[in-house]
Amino acid sequence: MSATSLSDFLAMGGYGFYVWGSYLVTALALAIEIVAVRSRLRAARAQSTEPR
Amino acid sequence: MTSASIHWFKFASPASFFPLAGRLVPWFATAAAALAVIALWLAFAVAPTDAQQGEAYRIIFIHVPAAWMSMFIYVVMAFWCAVSLTYNTRLAAMMAQALAPTGALFTFLALWTGALWGRPTWGTYWAWDARMTSELILLFLYFGYMALRHAIDDPRRADRASAVLALVGVVNVPIIYFSVKWWNTLHQGATVSLTASPKMASVMLAGMLLMAFAAWFYSIAVALVRVRAIILERERHTAWVADAAAMQQ
Repeated sequence: MSATSLSDFLAMGGYGFYVWGSYLVTALALAIEIVAVRSRLRAARAQSTEPR
Repeated sequence: MTSASIHWFKFASPASFFPLAGRLVPWFATAAAALAVIALWLAFAVAPTDAQQGEAYRIIFIHVPAAWMSMFIYVVMAFWCAVSLTYNTRLAAMMAQALAPTGALFTFLALWTGALWGRPTWGTYWAWDARMTSELILLFLYFGYMALRHAIDDPRRADRASAVLALVGVVNVPIIYFSVKWWNTLHQGATVSLTASPKMASVMLAGMLLMAFAAWFYSIAVALVRVRAIILERERHTAWVADAAAMQQ
């Protein structure tokens, strides 16, 4: 693509809302899943070291 | 039976799979990140503007991989459900349990990015056409699977009930896949198929395939971390978890 400036790039030829709306939500969703799954493992580890 | 296969079946036990999964995660996570960076570079810096759709088509670099993963993860999940029902193995049920949230996530992303692509391209976020409706049903199948697991306290009973649900639901996957052929849908036909040459520029195809591999490795990494958590949650009462926990301290 022939984006000459950052604002051109962000505008995505008028489709910025749709393109970045897709990519940002995808990035956010994956980030949330990574954090959630790591904290689940950490919690499971902590549980299993507790005395029963 | 060869010695190699005996060695392999060793990892069917949660106790020996737990450390193996832990060692595999960084490799899959690194591969996913590296492939995603290359795919994003191709998607935004290399791939030219589409003659018909302008820049909006760049959404397909995540839409198509997400849609592929949503179906593929369901099939893999159903496979593990079949293994767990047939051989009554704990780890197979745990693998299915670990895959469901990631599958649901990719299904949501396929629907979300599809809506944002549909609006500028077709003029609507949503239509009740066969492809989109069957993909929405896939999301509800994932939710139903997780809800059913959650509703049953005994994990072994939850394994069996949810496995039956997942196996019944697998009939929806070919419906999604072939919906654009069977019905006259708003959703367009397959851009990439195994039987015909792709109807897109090779750099676009390369970006999409690399993103699909990134999504693949991401799913494996996340599912492996989740299955480790599930193993600990479900095997808490066993001696090996207590031993492993004692060794960490």
